[in-house]
Amino acid sequence: MADSRNLDSSDVSAQNKISVRNLKKNFGPLEVIKDISLEVTEGEVVVLIGPSGSGKSTFLRCLNQLETVTSGQIIIDGHDVTDKHTDINKVRENIGMVFQHFNLFNHLSVLKNMTLAPVHLKTLSKEAAKQKAFELLERVGLADKAEAYPSQLSGGQKQRVAIARALEMNPDIMLFDEPTSALDPEMVGEVLAVMKELAKEGMTMVVVTHEIGFAREVASRVIFMEGGYIVEQGTPEEVLDHPKEARTIDFLSKVL
Amino acid sequence: MIMIIQTYGMVLVKALGQTVLLTVLSLVFAMIIGMIFGLMNVGHNRILNFIGTVYVDAIRGVPLIVLAYFIYFGVPQGIQQMGFTSFKLEPLMAGTITLSLNCGAYMAEIIRAGIQSVDRGQMEAGRSLGLSYSAGMALIVVPQAIRTMIPSIINQFIITLKDTSILSAIGFPELTNVGKTIMGNTFKNLQAWAVVAIMYMIVIITLSKVSKRIERRINRGR
Repeated sequence: MADSRNLDSSDVSAQNKISVRNLKKNFGPLEVIKDISLEVTEGEVVVLIGPSGSGKSTFLRCLNQLETVTSGQIIIDGHDVTDKHTDINKVRENIGMVFQHFNLFNHLSVLKNMTLAPVHLKTLSKEAAKQKAFELLERVGLADKAEAYPSQLSGGQKQRVAIARALEMNPDIMLFDEPTSALDPEMVGEVLAVMKELAKEGMTMVVVTHEIGFAREVASRVIFMEGGYIVEQGTPEEVLDHPKEARTIDFLSKVL
Repeated sequence: MIMIIQTYGMVLVKALGQTVLLTVLSLVFAMIIGMIFGLMNVGHNRILNFIGTVYVDAIRGVPLIVLAYFIYFGVPQGIQQMGFTSFKLEPLMAGTITLSLNCGAYMAEIIRAGIQSVDRGQMEAGRSLGLSYSAGMALIVVPQAIRTMIPSIINQFIITLKDTSILSAIGFPELTNVGKTIMGNTFKNLQAWAVVAIMYMIVIITLSKVSKRIERRINRGR
């Protein structure tokens, strides 16, 4: 009996790209994530919305262990990343992350930004990494910027390079932590366009954003978080157009 | 002054050579010490942090001349009393240890501050791509930190060069020590010390000029 139950649970995690069970995260006495469980299947685009301080970014950062968890379990592609024996660096190679403030390596050209990790980790040869970088830059519309340095790029360009840099590792999950929040309004569109493209190609994505329009158009599921809990989740239509919870309604009335 | 240069020119140049030798040796070891303790203080291991802090505080809390006496006179006696009766430290050795320890502590602080001045997001981006902590440090954080550290490091070089003069107190034949000898032999105090001062100045001003040039070159790449 016990055996079959174990099998069942591993079956579930095999189907799911991301499986989070009873996640808790404290910063000292502050409980940022109180109890979150979530399953994300392959190709799903999950958009997290909610007021600031609701734990969205912390939740996202727990997924690739930039934050250690206080308790609970996170299973990515069948690997329990909360287990100390898991080689987290290996798992991270398959999880791309895009940050609010881009975090491009300022001392390196765009090309070197992209090829540094795959060449160092030997997932690609130097030549292959270079070629792939050019292909990706082409895709995000920055083929002419390969030799530029981050300081020579606009915010929108930086973020597109950051996305390309993450894709260079050939991840099968992409995490986006408020990717457009630090951008001037006229540059938001170009970054969202690249993300839409990715979603269309079937990338599994978890996106923290304030762009309700993006959520409506691209998300397969919208999750509204507040106070360290998931308050409500469902299709964009359900959550954004017909929210049931009072807190969701209140939040949406402020941002829409 | 001409007379001093004529009579003691070679001696002074040789002494300057000793000063430079001591400086270079000390800087090499100080860089190594500084890198090790600087990185120890940056990490999140409490034991390493503690060791790093104790070292920096101890060195900063002791005047250089006291440290020199401690290492040249104190430590050999301690070792002799432990049974190694023939143990002796040459002034060059003692001087190098003294200056390396001293300069290393300040270097550790420069390196710690430089690394901490790099935005945390840089390391996080590296880690998110699958790089280990040490790879992130070596490939991403340290190369950026060096830019901000270089002016302070060169400044510390100059301070260390000047600090070699304190080692005249343990009889190391560097420039200041030779200055004292010349003063004793000739009684031309003003001229002797003017020559010594100018010799220090020439070396240090040259070093400053070189550092300015390096700084400019680094900033151009930004």
